[in-house]
Amino acid sequence: MTTAQPLIQARGLVKRFGGFTAVDAIDVAVRAGEAFGFLGPNGAGKSSTMRMIGCVSPPSGGELRILGMDPVRDGPAIRARLGVCPQLDTLDPELTVRENLITYARYFGIARRVARLRAAELLDFVQLSERADSKVEPLSGGMKRRLTIARALVNEPEIVLLDEPTTGLDPQARHLVWERLFQLKQQGVTLVLTTHYMDEAEQLCDRLVVMDGGRIVAEGSPRVLIEQHSTREVVELRFAGESQEPFASKLDQLGERVEVLPDRVLLYVPDGDAAVAEVTALGLHPINVLVRRSGLEDVFLHLTGRTLID
Amino acid sequence: MVALVLPRLMDVSAASRRSASVAERNVSALKSIYWLLLVSGFVEPLLYLFSIGVGVGALVGDLTLPGGAVVSYAAFVAPAMLASSAMTGSFAETTFNFFGKMKYMKLYDGVIATPVQPFEIALGELTWAMIRGSAYSGAFLVVMVVMDLTTAARAAVAFPAAVLVGFTFGAIGMTIATFMRSWQDFDVLASAQFVLFLFSGTFIPAQAYPTLLRWLVEVTPLYRAVHLIRGITVGSSGWTWLLDIGYLLVVLAIGLFIASRRMSRLLYR
Repeated sequence: MTTAQPLIQARGLVKRFGGFTAVDAIDVAVRAGEAFGFLGPNGAGKSSTMRMIGCVSPPSGGELRILGMDPVRDGPAIRARLGVCPQLDTLDPELTVRENLITYARYFGIARRVARLRAAELLDFVQLSERADSKVEPLSGGMKRRLTIARALVNEPEIVLLDEPTTGLDPQARHLVWERLFQLKQQGVTLVLTTHYMDEAEQLCDRLVVMDGGRIVAEGSPRVLIEQHSTREVVELRFAGESQEPFASKLDQLGERVEVLPDRVLLYVPDGDAAVAEVTALGLHPINVLVRRSGLEDVFLHLTGRTLID
Repeated sequence: MVALVLPRLMDVSAASRRSASVAERNVSALKSIYWLLLVSGFVEPLLYLFSIGVGVGALVGDLTLPGGAVVSYAAFVAPAMLASSAMTGSFAETTFNFFGKMKYMKLYDGVIATPVQPFEIALGELTWAMIRGSAYSGAFLVVMVVMDLTTAARAAVAFPAAVLVGFTFGAIGMTIATFMRSWQDFDVLASAQFVLFLFSGTFIPAQAYPTLLRWLVEVTPLYRAVHLIRGITVGSSGWTWLLDIGYLLVVLAIGLFIASRRMSRLLYR
């Protein structure tokens, strides 16, 4: 698809559950071939948005177009071209790994012969061929996740929706999933994913939005977001003593922003080494100093706050 | 005209194809332990037929039906056992299993992400329930013919009637299942089912009840099912079987409508 028309277009999209507004008038446009991320703390409205895009949750307001169609009226036609990896695995516990893929392909009207071939290919793709005839239950969390991703690809979708694809996985499994998602992107598949892992967003997403309280609070590429919402570098200082507060008050002038945590002080500065020199010049001697680049995590925490939301 | 009708027809064929894929899933899930369960559904009505139909029947003797026909007690009870086993068979699939798939396995949460829609899931599960129920009915009819409780020709007519009964109760069961909150609710359902089983003109003719009670009994779906099948297997005259079929079809349509509406509401959150 070479048209400028976005594959997914939301304008003022709203989702309400009774009196609670989960998604509060968001505007989103996802273009063909890009990897688009929804970032945000739990309860930010990411999953509700994903379910609306997946055509399994009717919007309460606003406008939503997917592949140029209306999700309420053209649900089956849109879903035929989507692959969905939901937040919680919905695998069929009464079927084997292979049967899960074949049965799912049948829901899309794919011929059994084709389904069998594709199941074998996909099991190979997610490295589950050896477990093909195992039941789903004894699989590890990472294996189930990979199977769910394989299942989402069984209809050769144009858009793949992944709701927290690597939550709860060990590092090996996460890296395998990332590799596979990257491969899909290379093949031109449009990826839409939600995550609260910043490294995941930085690794995979061309563009992302940060959601908080049902609204979009920032939008852009990871690099642009870091430039706009954080400084180039961050200095982490730890001082000896009960509280970091008295030290922090002396650092007010140093950076663009000073943040006090229970165990350390964060200085947001353009040049970390220069800032460390200035700290020493003030006669302060932290027991621990770390200079690092700003990351998405700094942006995320700055925009959505450090307080627990659940 | 073609432009108007063709998409509709394609809709129907796509919908039935998708329903079939839901039924097909259950064939893939058939495992050895399940077969045992399937067999039990066939044995149960046989036990009732032998213990009550034949056993108690020896004490009761022959019965004179409202139409004037005189039949053995076993021949009177057998069609009722057929109807209630069709009910039990499709209930097992559409209440207990359906509820488990929807609420605990979260199976349909995965299915609705595909082009398959709630109505098609309902129809697919119902078709599967009907296949299971029909297997019971067919086997039971063979037993009835062998025991000389009906003729082969009548049994051949009774079979599609039993399939309709299975379909209708499947739709009722599925509707009930969408209102269930937990497994405890199934105890209530089982009791209700047993009351229906005892008092739907199964073991004694409904004419034996006081007028008010008789009316109450005669509007229950199982009574209509028993009445329909008994009419066929013992061969009573009249046109009331039309009423039975109409009744069962209407209940089927209403059940399917409510069940798919409820499923849409539960799944498309």
